[in-house]
Amino acid sequence: MSALVFDWSLAAAQVLLALAMGCATLRMLRGPRAQDRVLALDAFYVNGMLLLLTFGIRTGSMLYFDAALLIALLGFVGTAAFAKFLMRGEVIE
Amino acid sequence: MTPLSAMPDWVMLVTAALVLFGAAITLIGSLGLLRLGDFYSRVHAPTLGTTLGTGTILLASVVWFSAAQTRPVVHEVLIAVFMVVTTPVTLLLLVRAAFFRDH
Repeated sequence: MSALVFDWSLAAAQVLLALAMGCATLRMLRGPRAQDRVLALDAFYVNGMLLLLTFGIRTGSMLYFDAALLIALLGFVGTAAFAKFLMRGEVIE
Repeated sequence: MTPLSAMPDWVMLVTAALVLFGAAITLIGSLGLLRLGDFYSRVHAPTLGTTLGTGTILLASVVWFSAAQTRPVVHEVLIAVFMVVTTPVTLLLLVRAAFFRDH
């Protein structure tokens, strides 16, 4: 019984996270200005990281954790670089 | 590694509740990102997902893997600390850039 609840709620959580990624994608496509798109990309990264963590819990594999950590790192670097670019017009001065 | 059928009931239920709650909070944050009016209000919305959503899903992961391996598994703290440290920095940089572009 509780295994069934567990399986269905993890599947539902994955659907919710996929919808959240869809919202971020829509904002990225629609976003009136560049900063909206960068913010949407940041949210997209975070939602993808959470989706990977739920995949890891569902399959019982630790490998997804490393991928999630890597996505968190790359999301930070990417957003910081984009913000720098919007501020100055170049990333490395 | 304990198989799924041998897992205690409360571990499954707690993990399921935490993951579902975190995913719902993240979806609310992303809906806010889609629906809110201007950039400076939109900045606030996705932080629901990066703080409470990430926190509860990481907690669920800690509970699940600690029960599965019958030892404390806490390497998820790495992601939690990293998100807590970096999210304010990136959003501050982004809002400063947006403010600079607007004025």
